[in-house]
Amino acid sequence: MSKILATIAQRLGLGVLTLFVVSLVIAGMLELLPGDFCETILGQSATVETVNACRKENGFDQPFVFRYADWLSGFATLDMGKSLANKRDIAELISVRLSNTLFLAGFTAAIAVPLALFLGVLAALYRYSLYDRFVNVFTLTSISFPEFFVAYILVLLLSVMTVGENPIGPNGPWFPAMASVSEDTSFGERLYLVFLPALTLTLVVVAHMMRMTRAAIINLLASPYIEMARLKGIKNSRIIVKHALPNALAPIINVIAINLAYLIVGVVVVEVVFNYPGLGKIFVDHVKFRDVPVVQASAMIFAATYILLNLTADILSIVTNPRLMHPR
Amino acid sequence: MSDTKRGQKGDILLEMKGLKIEGRADEQWIEIVHGVDVTLRRGEVLGLIGESGAGKSTIGLAAMGYARDGCRISGGEIWFDGTELRSASDEHLRKLRGHRIAYVAQSAAASFNPAHRLIDQYCESPVQHGVMSRDKAEKDAKDLFRRLRLPNPETIGERYPHQVSGGQLQRAMTAMAMSCRPDLIIFDEPTTALDVTTQIEVLAAIRDIVDQFNTAAIYITHDLAVVAQMADTIKVLRYGNTVEEGDTRRMLAKPEEKYTSDLLAVRTYKRDQRDRPENEGPLMQIRGVDASYGTVPVLYDVSFDVYKKRTVAVVGESGSGKSTTARVITGLLPPKAGEVYYRGEVLPADYRQRNKDQLRRLQMIYQMPDTALNPKSRIRDVIGRPAYFYLGLTGRKLEERVRELLRLVELEPDQYINRLTTELSGGQKQRICIARALAAEPELIICDEVTSALDQLVAEEILKLLQRMQDEFDLSYMFITHDLATVRAISDEVVVMQNGRVVEQGPKEEMFTPPHHDYTDLLLSSVPEMDPDWLDRLLAERAEMARQGRVLKAADN
Amino acid sequence: MSSVDTSDTGPESLIRAPTRIIQAACAVSLVFLIAAFSTDLSENPGNALIGALLSAAFCAVLYKAWPRLLSDPGRDGVMAAGIGIYVAAGLIYWPLFSANPWSSFAGLAGSLIFLLAVLAGWKEVRKAPPTALFGIAVIFLYVLASCLAPILAPYSQSAPMGGSNLLWGSELKDGGIAYLGTDQLGRDILSRLLYGARNTVGIAFVTTALTFVLGSLLGLLAASMQGWIDQTLSRVVDVLMAIPQLIFALVIFTVIGSGAVKMIIVIALLDSTRVFRLSRSVAMSIVVMDYVEAAKLRGERLWYIIYKEVLPNATAPLAAEFGLRFCFVFLFISALSFLGIGLQPPTADWGAMVRESANLINFFLYAPAMGVTPLLPAFAIALLTVAVNFVVDWFLHKMSGLKE
Repeated sequence: MSKILATIAQRLGLGVLTLFVVSLVIAGMLELLPGDFCETILGQSATVETVNACRKENGFDQPFVFRYADWLSGFATLDMGKSLANKRDIAELISVRLSNTLFLAGFTAAIAVPLALFLGVLAALYRYSLYDRFVNVFTLTSISFPEFFVAYILVLLLSVMTVGENPIGPNGPWFPAMASVSEDTSFGERLYLVFLPALTLTLVVVAHMMRMTRAAIINLLASPYIEMARLKGIKNSRIIVKHALPNALAPIINVIAINLAYLIVGVVVVEVVFNYPGLGKIFVDHVKFRDVPVVQASAMIFAATYILLNLTADILSIVTNPRLMHPR
Repeated sequence: MSDTKRGQKGDILLEMKGLKIEGRADEQWIEIVHGVDVTLRRGEVLGLIGESGAGKSTIGLAAMGYARDGCRISGGEIWFDGTELRSASDEHLRKLRGHRIAYVAQSAAASFNPAHRLIDQYCESPVQHGVMSRDKAEKDAKDLFRRLRLPNPETIGERYPHQVSGGQLQRAMTAMAMSCRPDLIIFDEPTTALDVTTQIEVLAAIRDIVDQFNTAAIYITHDLAVVAQMADTIKVLRYGNTVEEGDTRRMLAKPEEKYTSDLLAVRTYKRDQRDRPENEGPLMQIRGVDASYGTVPVLYDVSFDVYKKRTVAVVGESGSGKSTTARVITGLLPPKAGEVYYRGEVLPADYRQRNKDQLRRLQMIYQMPDTALNPKSRIRDVIGRPAYFYLGLTGRKLEERVRELLRLVELEPDQYINRLTTELSGGQKQRICIARALAAEPELIICDEVTSALDQLVAEEILKLLQRMQDEFDLSYMFITHDLATVRAISDEVVVMQNGRVVEQGPKEEMFTPPHHDYTDLLLSSVPEMDPDWLDRLLAERAEMARQGRVLKAADN
Repeated sequence: MSSVDTSDTGPESLIRAPTRIIQAACAVSLVFLIAAFSTDLSENPGNALIGALLSAAFCAVLYKAWPRLLSDPGRDGVMAAGIGIYVAAGLIYWPLFSANPWSSFAGLAGSLIFLLAVLAGWKEVRKAPPTALFGIAVIFLYVLASCLAPILAPYSQSAPMGGSNLLWGSELKDGGIAYLGTDQLGRDILSRLLYGARNTVGIAFVTTALTFVLGSLLGLLAASMQGWIDQTLSRVVDVLMAIPQLIFALVIFTVIGSGAVKMIIVIALLDSTRVFRLSRSVAMSIVVMDYVEAAKLRGERLWYIIYKEVLPNATAPLAAEFGLRFCFVFLFISALSFLGIGLQPPTADWGAMVRESANLINFFLYAPAMGVTPLLPAFAIALLTVAVNFVVDWFLHKMSGLKE
């Protein structure tokens, strides 16, 4: 048992180290920004004095190490400074957006994960059947579509084309093409508003996940111990539940983690399409303004989520591995 | 077991008539078993023997009405105790499997589910088939574990498969097959993956248990000596056809077919020992070599000599350090202590420090011809490369040399020179490997288990070829093997290794005549012989020795 | 055939002299190309000279390499027919082809390379499932479109040709017809779609190629050398892969600004991490093989081991990965363009075209043809990715079949 704890501790340590290095990379990257932000925003009206004042105000006159340490301690205490573009407090700005993004991702995951696992396992069990072939072509097509293509098709089908024949509201579309939620939108309303973005993401993620699940299960079913179970005359259902499933946990967890991580990134495009006030949207907007503090903070949050998900998968697969759980 | 309602000993239990099986290759079905008949009576053990590709495993599985993915039973009838299995429903087959017909696989390590304890896997069949309650099954398991002489029979079931050694797992799997007291067990090469000393224990255990419960069995193996101990009748298969079938003793004494007598003759090949050359020092000396993988020591103070034109056989079981010794000599694993002398001079420990000539003199032939040849290379380049690299041959000269080498290893140059290495059989590949080694014009060749991946008849051809090459080119061999028949066949000197140490060494005749070191004795006596009484005699001898307080134990227990 | 040293070449049985058919085909295409470039002679003699030399070199390579590429004489006819059809089309539309000599050269070379690839694997292609055949056909059309964009496109990709947001089939200022209408700046959408094939696909292809050269070279090196080089590279890759790619790319573009070359380099760098991982693991499984050990013990140099022993055995998985990486890079670039960080206008680019025309979708009920405008470039992206994925899927399926 101590061995497995040591392994987990090691992975956790590695995760923290990675986070640290990643934050350093992102900060170092932005440090390389040519020109000066102050010159950029002051533009024509820049004088030596105003630029210097601006630099002092934003701490640009300090050496990189100090500013990085400062930023890191700030980030850890959720004090991320102010946006250069609109002077708003970043923590405040981001927290609302982050919760919006998490809501969208969570909503998607809640539909996509069970659906994909179920359909993927089914495809693996009925390999080479008509269903399996259809699934293969469908998922292959689906993962080939850019997110915005899926999004606009859905908008066309479920929003634009439904105008005027809508049974719910007077001549309105079934679903809104713009997911404009605000802080006082109710939960039910929110679900309705983010339906199209969530459906878009679901279609893309389900396809990826189904393929991976199918591959993992097929790989598993080819193992000698599954053949042994068949030769022992065990019922099919029991083979799946008792023999395949315990060993499938690690690969399935892995598949889920990879796809959730994918979701975190996939939201960016979808948020832009549906003009959804999430972290991805704000990130893209501020990339265009070169608003370093906001870009840095949101990139860090994306990276941290990503690393955390992978770390979780890693640890879960250690915990579910009988060889590690029961060492010699 | 006196279960009369299941019929009497001697009744026909299994009858397969005109069994045909097809395998899927390249999008089409190809027949791999061409109408084989099998008849098995209650309590009888049938040995299915043949080389790779004979179709023996496929036939064994067909006796359960089962075909692997990519195979299908395409013709014939399979009658098991009054039921025709090909037309039986899936549900009916499922109820037979594990309950009345059980299966023991070759690789127990892969065939046990890593996620469950042994006892849970044992109890699954009896409980699921409704033969007995879980409690009773557990008690029964402990009893069987005891009868199969597994250590700690009370608690071993609590372990997970990866916590148990290979030989023990194989016995646990036999116990599992026995759990429902089936009428028939299929043993599919159950000892092939085991060391000889471990094999004995498993063989004895299987035979006892089959005897005790009067179970019928099909015993599948490629080793005639093993099947001689286990089977009442033997069926020899080749390319999916029956070659010969008959009573074990009769067949061993008087085989009817040439193929069978060839198989029988395999282990009898033996050459006389030649003495060390006089007034000439050893070609290579290994002196006090200690080596380790990382921090794990694997070799302790290994020393022996290799003489010119002579063959040293390094013998030992898996984990004895014999292949590691080869890695030290070739310079792949620089030793922690000790030296390798070549013609009296110290060889640099790392192969990267050796010069071209030192590398050339020392060549290597590998165990798996499949992985020893680049699948994307042509024979011309495989053999031509060392001749170009070491000897600078090009153009016509190189072409001539490659052809000459092909003729030496008895492959027709015109036919083979342009082939890809993947277009050859295992034996042909090994010949190419020999040609590649010869192309460097070496003095010493290290042969690492060169015959163990080959069928026995092919292996013997290769041994004879190596022998001829030695005589023709004055080669020295260092022959790494676990197989004492090979040692007897080819060696002049023998080095016995165990757990990284040399336990005994000397000229072959000395080594094969008693008195032996204990481990050498265990190793020598564990090699199965064609004599059907060999196992009984050996077990009796060992029991006698145990009474005298001398116990030979394999490392596995 | 000259009696050169054959020790390094393939089996003699495969070496045949090119047949007369293929000789004639080479000659025809050479004449055609030189004629096409010569029309440029008065304005741009250097260009014409380089073009003529290049086409001569191309025909020489084709002529020389022909016998090694194919062993079945029946294929000669197919190849010659391909060249014939192309040249015939070129002669019929001579003004267009001769006005764009580089494009007509690229079109011939591109379609010939594609045809050769298909013919070389003809045994397999014949047995391919319909999805893969569909994929191959679509890829071929895209290759043609991107090579021949200036010839096929009726108008310029950047100049306004008439009123903005015209409907399908509207008449333009010069009297021509905008089959797919015009965009908000009055540019012909059909032309922009065709040029988009060249820009978007071309950039994705170049990026993927760069990704591969970088990733697989380092991966093979890491696996073959092991030791500290391997450790260092692997750790760097670990860190780079810990950051989501899109996010990382956007951070970098914040710093360096956007543009085609920058985009190619950044994406190639980021994406090469995955190729590195794959090629390293593939090579790792190869370097432990006995034949590599045998080569090492023979005293072979590192480059020989990588080039002769490792690389030939890694090509199949790497080829499949190339397809997958291409899809990924292609979608990635499109996503970046869609987000407004990509090629600079007025260069036509599918992702950007979607973004620019996105609002038109709301007019679908009033003018369906206009409503689907944003879907056209999006569909163009999707179709190619689907096609490549179909082919790769078939390839992977074949590969896994070989293993058993």
